[in-house]
Amino acid sequence: MLPENLKYTKEHEWVKIDNDQATFGITEHAQSEMGDVTFVELPEKEASIEQSKAFSTIESVKAASEIYAPLSGSVTDTNEELINKPELINESPYEKGWICKIKLSNPAEADKLMDAMAYQQYLETLKK
Amino acid sequence: MSYISNTQDDKLKMLQAIGIKDGDAEKLFKDIPKDLRARSFNIQPGKNEYEVTQHVKGLAEKNNTRLISFLGAGYYDHFIPAAIDALASRSEFYTAYTPYQSEASQGTLQAIYEYQSAICRLTGMDVANASLYDGGTAVFEATMMAMRITKKSKFLIDSGLNPIHKKILYTHSDNLPVDFKETSDVNKLLDDKTAAIILQNPNFFGTITDYTDIIKKAHNAGAVVIMSVYPLSLGILKTPAEMGADIVIGECQSLGIPLSFGGPYLGFMATKKEYVRKMPGRIAGVTTDALGRRGFVLTLQTREQHIRREKATSNICSNQALCALRALIYMCLLGKEGLKKVAQSSAVKAEYAKNILSKIKGIKLEKTLPTFNEFVIELPVKADKITQKMQDKGFIAGFPLGRFYDNMEKHLLVAVTEKHTKQQIDRYAKALELLLCN
Repeated sequence: MLPENLKYTKEHEWVKIDNDQATFGITEHAQSEMGDVTFVELPEKEASIEQSKAFSTIESVKAASEIYAPLSGSVTDTNEELINKPELINESPYEKGWICKIKLSNPAEADKLMDAMAYQQYLETLKK
Repeated sequence: MSYISNTQDDKLKMLQAIGIKDGDAEKLFKDIPKDLRARSFNIQPGKNEYEVTQHVKGLAEKNNTRLISFLGAGYYDHFIPAAIDALASRSEFYTAYTPYQSEASQGTLQAIYEYQSAICRLTGMDVANASLYDGGTAVFEATMMAMRITKKSKFLIDSGLNPIHKKILYTHSDNLPVDFKETSDVNKLLDDKTAAIILQNPNFFGTITDYTDIIKKAHNAGAVVIMSVYPLSLGILKTPAEMGADIVIGECQSLGIPLSFGGPYLGFMATKKEYVRKMPGRIAGVTTDALGRRGFVLTLQTREQHIRREKATSNICSNQALCALRALIYMCLLGKEGLKKVAQSSAVKAEYAKNILSKIKGIKLEKTLPTFNEFVIELPVKADKITQKMQDKGFIAGFPLGRFYDNMEKHLLVAVTEKHTKQQIDRYAKALELLLCN
């Protein structure tokens, strides 16, 4: 089941919002489509990122894929454990596989995101 | 294609089958502007194979291949051991296609892997790619790579960069948002907007420089350092890795590839491990198969254009496998000691040439700058006049620098390799002396 406390994008990123802070990652569905992740290019700290724009690249055995920002803000922290253990994205996409934390610049953008139920329905439409 | 045994009727039928009713084969090429199409080869119709062969041989004999060459300018006349032709022309290598399918391409992949390892040892860098088209495109690819690393677009080009490579760089980046500044003092223009400085060692004029301090300053300013090197010189010179360069490139023609008008030549690229994912082109890697056996594969493929399309690291998906193989065989045949000896011999003979040329009345020579196997002399007259006259005496005298530099019409770039004998250098100097005193 999808975690209820997260919001989701159509590009299969998740975001966890705590007041003006947010944590980004990619969904269970995204990691299973990518296959074994071999490298994560983390954004730089303090970099400002924009909703729907690419902020990171994840390389798997199949492809190198752009990761798009669910929300805008500036990067406060990145998951440096991914440098040596990119497989955490596969093993624990919603917990240990988080990619970065940002300070939100426009929290209202969250209205455009899907909740767990909407994302679940969206995934169903992809299966058809 | 007169020697394909299709009759006029056969040709007409084929052309009609593809919709050219009147059989005018020229219409096949209508998308190519007329002045760009191949014109006549000036061979009379009705000649048989033997007659055509004789005709072409006659044309080839007009080339003078017996000249003793002191021409360099980035491409050097080093000895090529016969084993290179013999091994590189084996059909297993010669006819092999892109080794995407590793289970069917172990030989090619191993050769590429070994070539990469040899380039790493020669330059001191961590990783090398499977090669690029030539030294000029390698400069371009290095600048694009520096842009990916730094996300900046200002480049400082040292005035010692080979002008032929510079031309290729400018052609490739014509429509790209990059800003090139040429300077004889990169230190002065270096700032935090600089993506990279582009250096060459030995530089186009043959001068050797230890760039360690300049490189440190560039790093402090947040720029990366691209250095083009003459691979054979690394047999004796301080390596770009020892100086701290980030992206090392160059033309590998000197490693067993014959001089020819337009190539094929061989570009190489090596870098630090931290930048491997920013490096263009393909890389062969070593791995183990399901049974634990050692094997070779193309690696980091997910960034190449056949997978990543328009987001690929580079549009050069290809490499120069056959030329890279020649370079590998050359390096293996000579070994560490051999490479050192060739470099030493070239440098010592160049010093000898410098010395006797400097004694000729009318020739000016800057002796304070250290050089490797190439140096500049200033003549009392235009250099291209002298090179023409020297040809009649059996010498390619060098590269007239006026071709690229307005203020250097009297300057001649002279290259010496291990192939030159003392007698040849003496005769060259004598011929030059006679021309100048007349």
